[in-house]
Amino acid sequence: MAGILSLTTFFPLVGVIAILALKLFAGDGNERAPRAARWIALTVTLATLALSIVLVASFNGANQGFQFVEDIPWFAGLHYRMGVDGISVLFVLLTAFLMPLCILASWRSITNRVLEYMVAFLVLEVLVIGVFCALDLILFYLFFEGQLIPMFLIIGIWGGQRRVYAAFKFFLYTLLGSVLMLAAILWMISVAHTSSVPDLMRFHFPSGAQTWLWLAFFASFAVKMPMWPVHTWLPDAHVEAPTAGSVILAGILLKMGGYGFLRFSLPMFPAASVQFTPLVFTLSVIAIVYTSLVAFRQTDIKKLIAYSSVAHMGFVTMGIFSGNLQGEQGAIFQMLSHGVISGALFLCVGVIYDRMHTREIAFYGGLANRMPWYAAVFMLFTMGNVGLPGTSGFVGEILTMTGTYSASTWTVIIAATGVILSAVYMLTMYRRVVFGEITNAKLAAITDLAPREVLIFAPLIVGTLMLGLAPGVVFSVTDAATQNLVGAYHLAMGR
Amino acid sequence: MELSRDAVLALPEIILAASALILLVWGAFAKKTGPVFVLAAVASLAAAAFAAATGPGGRAFGGALIADDWAGFAQVAIFAASAVAVVLCDRWFASRGTNRFELTVLIILAALGMGVMVSAGDLVSLYVGIELHSLALYVLAAFQRDDAKSSEAGLKYFVLGALSSGLLLYGASLVYGFAGSTRFIDIAAATNGGASVGVLFGLVFLICGIGFKVSAAPFHMWTPDVYEGAPTPIVGFFAGAPKLAAMALFARLLTEGFGGALEQWRQVVLIIALLSVFVGAFAGLAQSNLKRLWAYSSIANIGYALIGLAAGGQMGVQSMLIFMALYTVDVTGFFACLAALQRGGKSMESFDDFAGLMRERPGLCLAVTAFSLSALGLPPFSGFWAKFYVFKAALAAGPLATWAAVLGLIGSVVAAFYYLRLIKVMWLDPAPSQTDAPAGGAVAVAYATALFAFPAVMAALIYLDPLSLAAAAFR
Repeated sequence: MAGILSLTTFFPLVGVIAILALKLFAGDGNERAPRAARWIALTVTLATLALSIVLVASFNGANQGFQFVEDIPWFAGLHYRMGVDGISVLFVLLTAFLMPLCILASWRSITNRVLEYMVAFLVLEVLVIGVFCALDLILFYLFFEGQLIPMFLIIGIWGGQRRVYAAFKFFLYTLLGSVLMLAAILWMISVAHTSSVPDLMRFHFPSGAQTWLWLAFFASFAVKMPMWPVHTWLPDAHVEAPTAGSVILAGILLKMGGYGFLRFSLPMFPAASVQFTPLVFTLSVIAIVYTSLVAFRQTDIKKLIAYSSVAHMGFVTMGIFSGNLQGEQGAIFQMLSHGVISGALFLCVGVIYDRMHTREIAFYGGLANRMPWYAAVFMLFTMGNVGLPGTSGFVGEILTMTGTYSASTWTVIIAATGVILSAVYMLTMYRRVVFGEITNAKLAAITDLAPREVLIFAPLIVGTLMLGLAPGVVFSVTDAATQNLVGAYHLAMGR
Repeated sequence: MELSRDAVLALPEIILAASALILLVWGAFAKKTGPVFVLAAVASLAAAAFAAATGPGGRAFGGALIADDWAGFAQVAIFAASAVAVVLCDRWFASRGTNRFELTVLIILAALGMGVMVSAGDLVSLYVGIELHSLALYVLAAFQRDDAKSSEAGLKYFVLGALSSGLLLYGASLVYGFAGSTRFIDIAAATNGGASVGVLFGLVFLICGIGFKVSAAPFHMWTPDVYEGAPTPIVGFFAGAPKLAAMALFARLLTEGFGGALEQWRQVVLIIALLSVFVGAFAGLAQSNLKRLWAYSSIANIGYALIGLAAGGQMGVQSMLIFMALYTVDVTGFFACLAALQRGGKSMESFDDFAGLMRERPGLCLAVTAFSLSALGLPPFSGFWAKFYVFKAALAAGPLATWAAVLGLIGSVVAAFYYLRLIKVMWLDPAPSQTDAPAGGAVAVAYATALFAFPAVMAALIYLDPLSLAAAAFR
């Protein structure tokens, strides 16, 4: 199976080349070109999904280390080094899973500059999968930072009213965070004389230096995550991005922050991680409680879900820094589950936005009368976001809280209120949008889910329920790698 | 025998000097110069580059001229950039009906001056090289003599350049007075273990003089005006190769001549470097003319190159060389795009002119985007790798250089705003009117350099890395 990682990562480029050729040969006025571009993008993302399924199927869950490793020397001591372990392999799958749905979700709603849109998404897919596969710090940074460009364009070109502002804010915020990480990365390479991630995990940085390195990485990942108080770019970016852009942002890009903590901060700077755990816990519970309250006050459905994302990411950071098995497992699970659920929620918003072109909660009401199927689907994902047992949201929350309980009881007690608060804002929003009588005359002719939309939601429903009812599927993959991570972490702490 | 040995070592310079004279006579006596003339110029540059790459190493003319890997690497890059400029300028001026054969001759002369600069081993040959290339550039800047802006640019460039030459000469005479020699190796012997106050005084003047040439802050004032006024392909030429030459000369002067006083000049260079980064970043925010913007961008980028230089040692010098080589490709490409684009017969220079370029000229728009992101230093474009080398060297050099590097990175976030603004204008805004069909030669240059900026650079560095490292080991 050598080379399957590179194949999976770079396969979407086939689509990019095909679409560029289409652009070159079809000419500008060709009306069939957008249609062809959609089909190319869908086929290529589905093929990538198939590749990633093969990848996960042939992944050995009992192996603690990295698998499918590719290592080619590059220049200046750098290597082209790829590999996945139990922590990263499922994120590859998640990315490949969400991408075809994004293409489908944009099928009708994007009519403007379709070819460029599809190219941007395919490039984004390459970079995101690359982030999760890269085992060389500089290679990781290339993928991590490269995403800013396609995302900037997706928000800036196909976004809503204030798209330019949101795109700039997104770009500059993230860039500032990551240049600090770049400085730290280069320092690490100059001290350890290697840029290999597995080697750096075994390298012991002096504890004084760890503090600085940890903070530099934190600057980048906390912005990406995003953690309170550097989360303010997220609601803007989410609200202005097109539906598929929001799905990718919430579903995958945010996860790179959590993945970064798991891959770099914890194993490479254990002493600093312990030292800063109270800080992370504090910021996490503030994120959970504060942004939940903020979410409650939103009048825009997308903004509400955006703030809810920040709150849910609070559970993830809390779980990661609990430093024990339940916490880490819960955090990974919560990230995967949130990837599915928040993606689905943004798609739910997209469904009614495509029909009515507004996201104001007050505009809607009584949708259940006209759109029963939609109401049912929306209900499932609302419940998933609240963390109802049986859905995937429950498993992640309960595990992160159990894990953190042994580390800090007070943190969990405060964080648990977030579960209640999430029920408050989600159900309130759901009630106002879906239940009651139709009062707005414009809604009288609204139609229920189209077959294409059913096709989009079906895999997400299956995913949510499967993760919720049989979470062992995930743990069988992540278990060995997480145990390894926690074991090394405790060893480094002398516990 | 001695003379023939020296002549072999100085072969690249001799080839260029001879061909400049031949071309001058040819141009003066021929009624009309056609493509063969340009081809001959390119061929002589190629021959000089070949001689520089393959020729033997050693010191010629009593150490006044040095042929080594360093000179070879820099000369190949400079001659290649000059060859591109010869072709670009010829086509550009021809399409405007203001082409004259002197243009080609002047570029060859400038290339000759730069060739002397990078191989100078003596303050006198250093000065001769600088003057030779500067005088050619002053004339080139004012080449559109009927255009008031172009004449103004030439005059400004000349007056400020003359001032910097004065500073340079003053510094050289002070160094000669206190160190007792103009040759770098003798200066190195005299300053081993730290420079005396007199020598240091002279060194600071030398740094100021060269600072003018590379347009580092606070000696950058001429840059935006000259860039704005001078003809676009000419700007593309003197934003790249001459800066590379001046930086290469700077590195040789400081490392070979004043290597013993590293700790003394490092602070000066670092201050200039950081000032350049921040002046370039903040002043660029207020620009609406792209040529002016790129002037500030070049000031900021020279700042990063100077951080590499200040890091010192083989790694520092290597990083500076790679930085300048990659940056030269970058600016050449950007100004080729600018030279290629026109709207309604008028050249496009402001942000507004570039609105909606993605819909009209997607290829060129992608190229400009690549150059902007590369100048910003965003991965995976060539500018990122350039900065990667600089910061690696700064980290190896100790805490002072490291902090400068971190500050430089933060400066690049500020600069990110104006590059993004350009991208936003091109990709997001609607186009005001149709652009003219772009000129073929410039487009070819733009595409070739854009492909180098990404993705070819990632393969090219596999070869550039060991080459530049070898070049940075001064014999």
